[in-house]
Amino acid sequence: MAVTAFAAARIRNLFAVVILSGIFSLLAAVLYVTLNAVDVAFTEAAVGAGISTLLMLATLSLTSEEEKARFNVKIIPLLIVIATGAVLIYGTFDMPAFGDPNAPAQVHVAPRYILESGKEIGVPNIVTSVLASYRGYDTFGEVVVIFTAAIGVLILLGRGHDRWRPGMRSNVISEQNEEEV
Amino acid sequence: MELFGLLNYWLVIVLMMIGFYIVIAQGNLVKKMVGLSIFQVSVFVFYISVGRVAGGTAPILADGIEVFSNPLPHVLILTAIVVGVATTALGLAMIVRIRDSFGTIEDDEILAIEKGEDDK
Repeated sequence: MAVTAFAAARIRNLFAVVILSGIFSLLAAVLYVTLNAVDVAFTEAAVGAGISTLLMLATLSLTSEEEKARFNVKIIPLLIVIATGAVLIYGTFDMPAFGDPNAPAQVHVAPRYILESGKEIGVPNIVTSVLASYRGYDTFGEVVVIFTAAIGVLILLGRGHDRWRPGMRSNVISEQNEEEV
Repeated sequence: MELFGLLNYWLVIVLMMIGFYIVIAQGNLVKKMVGLSIFQVSVFVFYISVGRVAGGTAPILADGIEVFSNPLPHVLILTAIVVGVATTALGLAMIVRIRDSFGTIEDDEILAIEKGEDDK
């Protein structure tokens, strides 16, 4: 996974970069399966690897496929990144060990969901019952976010062919993008 | 075992830093979006790692299974993935619009054009 991400950082052909990000998402999905998060893996494979890659390809077809050639590694961003990474790694030494059943994240509200949701909701998949029932308002908020994003995309790319826009150079506006959102 | 226990978090940090580097160091806007999504995935992996319980299975109730992974991070990340795609779509739409206006998707060229317009 890290190798794919690194390659995506270095390769200059944007088409290859986008395909690599798709591969990266699929690898992430595999990782989620090994970490027992099957629902998340489904979503990542369908949405992350599928729709994201499609959207990016659509964008590429409307813009350019090659990145402008430029100088190699920039020093200051690299230093910032290394410093931040070092601080974060220092932070991990205080984390509970991987898979520890008594870590703070596991003992608060999750046991209640695991013990009671089967009785209260009647859906064997705990993730589903939490998502749709206990945290239903959050999921509703998610839908609102998607709706807002869709409106934003429509405003930005809408069918305003007859509308004058400052500095407009191309009339090619995608109707593809609208369908995919 | 102690060190192995932190390996996942370190993978997360490496990925996060690669994404961070792409966002701040690369000039191409589409590439910045790819970097942003790599950064996002690293956060997702972090949450899922936190929710992992040793010896647990996927959080689906079935006979004879006693230990489950924590379902709560899974729910959060499900939501986050979908929201992430929504923001990606919005960002890409902005890129298309920027290309309409400036004819380029490299940030230094855009800055140069804007500077040129200011000088006039």
